[in-house]
Amino acid sequence: MGQKVLLKGNEAMCEAAVQAGCRFFAGYPITPQNEVPEYFSWRLPKVGGVFIQAESEVAAINMIFGAAATGTRCMTSSSSPGISLKQEGISYIAAAELPCVIANVQRGGPGLGNIRASQGDYFQAVKGGGHGDYRLIVLGPGYVQELYDLTMHAFDWADYYRNPVMILGDGILGQIAEPLELTPYKPIVELPSKEEWKLSGCAGRAPHVVKTLILNPPDGLVHHNDRLQDKYRRIEQELSLCEEYQTEDAEIIVAAYGICGRIAKGAVRRARKQGIKVGLIRPITLWPFPKAAFIEAAKTAEKMLVVEMSCGQFVEDVRLATECKAPVEFYGKGGGWYPTDTDILARIEAMQAAPAYAGRKD
Amino acid sequence: MRGERINPMATFTRPDTLKEKITHYCPGCGHGIIHRLVAEVIDELGIREKTIGTAPVGCAVMMYDYFDCDMIECAHGRSPAVATGIKRCLPDRIVFTYQGDGDLAAIGTAETIHAANRGENITVIFVNNAIYGMTGGQMAPTTLIGQVSTTSPSGRGQNAEGAPMRVCELLSALEGVCYLERTSVSSPKDVAAAKKAIKKAFENQIAGKGFSLVEILSMCPTDWKLSTQKAVDFVNNEMKKAFPLGVYKDK
Repeated sequence: MGQKVLLKGNEAMCEAAVQAGCRFFAGYPITPQNEVPEYFSWRLPKVGGVFIQAESEVAAINMIFGAAATGTRCMTSSSSPGISLKQEGISYIAAAELPCVIANVQRGGPGLGNIRASQGDYFQAVKGGGHGDYRLIVLGPGYVQELYDLTMHAFDWADYYRNPVMILGDGILGQIAEPLELTPYKPIVELPSKEEWKLSGCAGRAPHVVKTLILNPPDGLVHHNDRLQDKYRRIEQELSLCEEYQTEDAEIIVAAYGICGRIAKGAVRRARKQGIKVGLIRPITLWPFPKAAFIEAAKTAEKMLVVEMSCGQFVEDVRLATECKAPVEFYGKGGGWYPTDTDILARIEAMQAAPAYAGRKD
Repeated sequence: MRGERINPMATFTRPDTLKEKITHYCPGCGHGIIHRLVAEVIDELGIREKTIGTAPVGCAVMMYDYFDCDMIECAHGRSPAVATGIKRCLPDRIVFTYQGDGDLAAIGTAETIHAANRGENITVIFVNNAIYGMTGGQMAPTTLIGQVSTTSPSGRGQNAEGAPMRVCELLSALEGVCYLERTSVSSPKDVAAAKKAIKKAFENQIAGKGFSLVEILSMCPTDWKLSTQKAVDFVNNEMKKAFPLGVYKDK
């Protein structure tokens, strides 16, 4: 049992990172993630780590590129507009297969948007974001405790797969303060050695080169992409997490992730009290997308309801995963909007009452 | 060294820090000389096995094919940020960046200025040839007034394109900077002076003195569309006027 404390999501994430051995952070102020650089600025020096307030998000992600290349556990964070700036560096880090953790405490967009919570960066996070064919492992926690635990896992998975991991949070999760058990860090995978690739000076070995330009042989980049894709397929096989709540006999499945999934859970709980057979799938890994849970649910569910704090991004992955075997309704808006459990409950009630509910066509 | 006897039997050999490989650089290009100077300095200081270099985007992007030490290839202009990450994680290693004028003074201006201002204990080798070489001769931040490039076909004009950016002068205003010197590789005397400056920039890092940058005026006959001799003349007669050689800071 770890110590129980009250921490904001942003702070919990930082403490988890420090516990997991993160010793380098570079970032730039942007609301609603300012607690992250603030926390690291006093916390990292206490454990012999390095905090740098970078001149830009671009510089911050490139400092991470350098730090990760030395084999140091490292992290950067930002919020939506800043994450856009980081995309160049993220593509290079993914291409060079360097492990690091990137947190996006999402806010409303597009453009400068606003500073309310949003899920509008879903596509950017799970479909690539920067240039070229690459994938990030993307985690979508819905609770401060889950954010804490997943942040520790994020460092393990980054090292294990040699791949950047993104924690896709939002302004609510970052700002909400919740009781938190400071569970001690314990690696969840066997951590591979970094000796074969890390930069440390070539004493006693051949020089290591970290690079992403592949001109020769002419098909070298094709092979590099093939190898990356093989890794991504492996990650898809091995890493897929979601919470399934009351799905076993559910006729209606609600799908939502992150803080929105948590609100949806409240609505499902209330609907169950009314006798509506409804369940929830709350993806925790957003990439890999927990397809199996959706395929299974689509076999029996008559309808699905996707709730997201964006204008129809997450819903596309639900439709792809279920191959539209069950009709999927969409409930979402962008710009910092979020639903209440009462809003979602009303949708569930309407779906149950609708004539189309009368029979599932297979 | 004064008083030291020159060994008449000494042969001109390849520095250990350079691999035995033919470079892709054009005839008359300054990169080959500058690579050699950096490699000789690394050899002489005995730091090859603890040195990590950053390759830029530009003609020198593949310099890791020639340098026999740990290297990382950076996104365009980001070397000072990448070097910051490396050096802060490994403060006892020697970290140098190698950057062209577009990389350092256009797309990476912010990274350059802020790494300098933080006084990052790194060594920056800044190759200024007043043109974008790899992409085929476009205007650089250091292109001279009146100089023709593929994107300034009637010559760079001060009003529209601005005057060439003088990096050493610009950085000399920053407190965090330890050492700035502008040199050239357009004559044997200049080459010797450039090597001395490079050595000092590495020695400063070893001594923990902070940010050191050596700017080196260099030839690009291909994209200047000049013969190799005329390219040397261009550096000596034109570039040195716009970019006076000398020490701009030495703390």
